[in-house]
Amino acid sequence: MPEVETRGIAKHFGEVKAVDGVDIVSSEEEFLVLLGPSGCGKTTLLRMIAGLEDPSSGDILIGGHVVTHLPPRARGIAMVFQSYALYPHMTIYKNIAFPLKAMGMTKHDRDKKVDWSATMLGIEHLLQRKPRELSGGERQRVALARALVREPNVFLLDEPLSNLDAKLRTSAREELYRFQKDVSITTIYVTHDQVEAMGMGDRIAVMNAGKVRQLGKPDEVYSEPADTFVAGFLGSPPMNLVETQDRIVGFRPECFLPRQMHEGSSDVLSLPFEVKRVENLGADRLVYGRLGELFNHAAVIANLPTSFTNYAVETNQSYDFVVPRNDVKFFDIRTGLRAEPIPL
Amino acid sequence: MDTDVKTVESTFRSRNQHLSFFFDNATVLGVLMIAPAVIYILALVGYPLVLAFIYSFSDITIGSSHFSFVGLENIQMLIRDFDFKTALYNTVYFTAVSMIIVLVLAKILALILLKDFKGKFIIRTLILMPYVAPISLGVIGWLWMLDSIYSPINWLLQHTGLFGPDFWPMWLGKPKLAMSAIITVHVWRMLPLATVIMLAGLTSIPQDIQDAALVDGAGYFRRLFQITIPMMLPIMLVAVLFGIVFTATDIIIILVLTRGGPYGSTQVLVSKAFYTGIDAGDLATGAATALFLFPLLAAVAIFMLRIARRAEIA
Repeated sequence: MPEVETRGIAKHFGEVKAVDGVDIVSSEEEFLVLLGPSGCGKTTLLRMIAGLEDPSSGDILIGGHVVTHLPPRARGIAMVFQSYALYPHMTIYKNIAFPLKAMGMTKHDRDKKVDWSATMLGIEHLLQRKPRELSGGERQRVALARALVREPNVFLLDEPLSNLDAKLRTSAREELYRFQKDVSITTIYVTHDQVEAMGMGDRIAVMNAGKVRQLGKPDEVYSEPADTFVAGFLGSPPMNLVETQDRIVGFRPECFLPRQMHEGSSDVLSLPFEVKRVENLGADRLVYGRLGELFNHAAVIANLPTSFTNYAVETNQSYDFVVPRNDVKFFDIRTGLRAEPIPL
Repeated sequence: MDTDVKTVESTFRSRNQHLSFFFDNATVLGVLMIAPAVIYILALVGYPLVLAFIYSFSDITIGSSHFSFVGLENIQMLIRDFDFKTALYNTVYFTAVSMIIVLVLAKILALILLKDFKGKFIIRTLILMPYVAPISLGVIGWLWMLDSIYSPINWLLQHTGLFGPDFWPMWLGKPKLAMSAIITVHVWRMLPLATVIMLAGLTSIPQDIQDAALVDGAGYFRRLFQITIPMMLPIMLVAVLFGIVFTATDIIIILVLTRGGPYGSTQVLVSKAFYTGIDAGDLATGAATALFLFPLLAAVAIFMLRIARRAEIA
């Protein structure tokens, strides 16, 4: 399956730069996630790849061919929309067969294809129903079946799980991931949900304000964020960012633990921590508090697993917390980009 | 202290007892609020309708106080009447042709107005203009424009060379031309509202659906006929339903432009009912003529509503 590439792609709506010069190369059969807050330009980028939006500048290549000025149907792509965009007046069969009909396929071949994709997604029994008679999860499968039936080169998915309730979303995520691995079709997936991105993506492109801030494997963007935006966007709660000298120092709440928990490791940064509030979330305890003089009493969060029971945390008490030195990240105070470490 | 409170309370209660009987009682207040509308409809729609039904089975005229039931005699007489048959044919023709033209033009205009282009505001204002102009004044304007001697339309077409020097059509004076003129003016008048309804129907189709059809490889006409029109069908049917009833029962354009002429070629049932019942004083025949369309229009309404329900979208 061919790769998708964008070269300096940009989309300006008047003064607003929705997408501001994005270069991405997805490799074959890859599950690439575009992750970012709402309004960061990820959907606009996806729509430009689909051909639903004309770029203001730059080029889009699919399988090495420039497709920038080709209509959607000539790009060999299929798209699943956030609303699923099923045709409400058609049965599920007709919905899935619609792209085939547009290709001019014979009725016999159409029937075979629809059967194949419906079976693949387990919706054979729904073919004679109308979209409004289906549940959210079933509609999502129909949308996938309709996308799959043309055997596209590239799948474009625009937040396909956001209309499902939380419980269904978890199982749908798993299904979608398996499905992509089974069909081995290059997929670009847009979401604002970091759990989806971390869980499904082979690679994640973190976007903000029309630019890609970092492109990398999930653990890479999580543990080695390229700048303070990525550091603050990923993780819940996000990375602690505190200022000192000409650097911003970042460390994850789950690395910021009492000294006893890091007993084995010797190379740790010791940080006095004055606890202000403790939230028990079941699996975790979130401890809110302030650091010492060195960091100007900056507010930070520590994330203690509840299973670590033999450690009592009281409010308004100071404790000796530490962070392993290689979990401490340094950012330039002006640009927010990763910078050389300084001795602390 | 306790007694003081009670006194105040009871005073308050007695003072407002009459009002609270009306305002705190849902049944009484409900009836009271709906009454004006019900009275209005009964007095101005229900009573005349019942009267028309009674008249159509009688031999009542304006000139005498004589009244007796004659059964279906009026209807039987009408069916045999050549003029009546012409008027019935004209009504169906006028309604059908103008509705088809309105539908097609409104659809095209709505599709144009959906796009963004320079001067859209001016075009939209121009299209909506006929709707805000008082209809009788508008039609009088058309009467002048279609005048047999001073028609500016003919003048313009002749001076641009589209009409030869001896070609000067009498728009309202020739049977076929008169019907075309009536239809043109009626289309001019119905188009704004129909366009607005179509535009509402078009914008109610989610952009995602249009995009999905694009990605699915559907060309313009496939999208138009398999996505846009089927999804607009319910709202289009409502527009058609109102259009049919409105066109079949309207009289103002014919009254101003042709008075049913020449030779009854633009006479429709409503105008014929008016001329027979009011102008000529034959109330019974007039009522029967007017009511002839009643079952037909009722059937149209039921039919349309049934289709609209079947085509209803999620």
